[in-house]
Amino acid sequence: MNPIRYQNPELVLWPSLDRWTSLRDDLNSLFESPFWSGVGRAGQLFSGWSPALDLYQNNDNVIAVAELPGMRREDIQISLHDGTLTISGERKRESSNGEKAERTERYIGTFRRSITLPARVDANKVTATYRDGILTVTLPKAEEAKPKQIQVS
Amino acid sequence: MNKLVRENRVTDQVQAEQFVAPPASVSEAGDGYTLEIEMPGVNKQGLDISVENNELTIVGRRSWSPVEGMPIHRESRPENFRRTFELDPSIDANKISAKIDQGLVSLTLPKAEHVKPRRITVS
Repeated sequence: MNPIRYQNPELVLWPSLDRWTSLRDDLNSLFESPFWSGVGRAGQLFSGWSPALDLYQNNDNVIAVAELPGMRREDIQISLHDGTLTISGERKRESSNGEKAERTERYIGTFRRSITLPARVDANKVTATYRDGILTVTLPKAEEAKPKQIQVS
Repeated sequence: MNKLVRENRVTDQVQAEQFVAPPASVSEAGDGYTLEIEMPGVNKQGLDISVENNELTIVGRRSWSPVEGMPIHRESRPENFRRTFELDPSIDANKISAKIDQGLVSLTLPKAEHVKPRRITVS
């Protein structure tokens, strides 16, 4: 039976191809360099799920915002290493008792995004919130990275 | 003339709200279908679900909470979400229910009583 007819989704998700994995990682790290900011999501061509990631900064903080709809908090990992913020996680398949998938566009599995931070941050003061499927990571800048006003004497 | 053209354009902008179609998944169980649609940034207040002429439309408008800072890298899209589906005749449109949790919309579309699988007792 043909249950429901669909409007085509705008984004076509490519299946992930295992033999592309190492190339994919190379490309991801290439695309994640700030130079490529405009085409960062090109990595999505090679991996199933590359959540949209935005980065902001003000005088005191660097703020990263990621779209992660339908996750559980405990399945999201955030790490900071050498000035690079990495957000990773896994969306698990819901226990399907007797359910038959008719159409699957949502990506199930792991994702990993890394981004180089524009300033040094205080790793001990990083906070994160997850609300309406949006992860917001606030990274306070290290004292020496904050802009300072110099008084002319 | 110029003025007329400009006025038309303004009207066009008001009418043509831009939407993106988010990913969705459908599964079927014996008594109905489950439809899941990803709408990050949307909460209950921004969700608008309607059925008209056997067509199910789900519109999600993002709750807008601006980040304090200058954007230096941007991949997210500002458009709201919209997706439409044609309902199978077996679905009882009056019994469709929906919830949204962490930007994931889940709809339950029960089949009408007369099409549910049932066992006939032999008397």
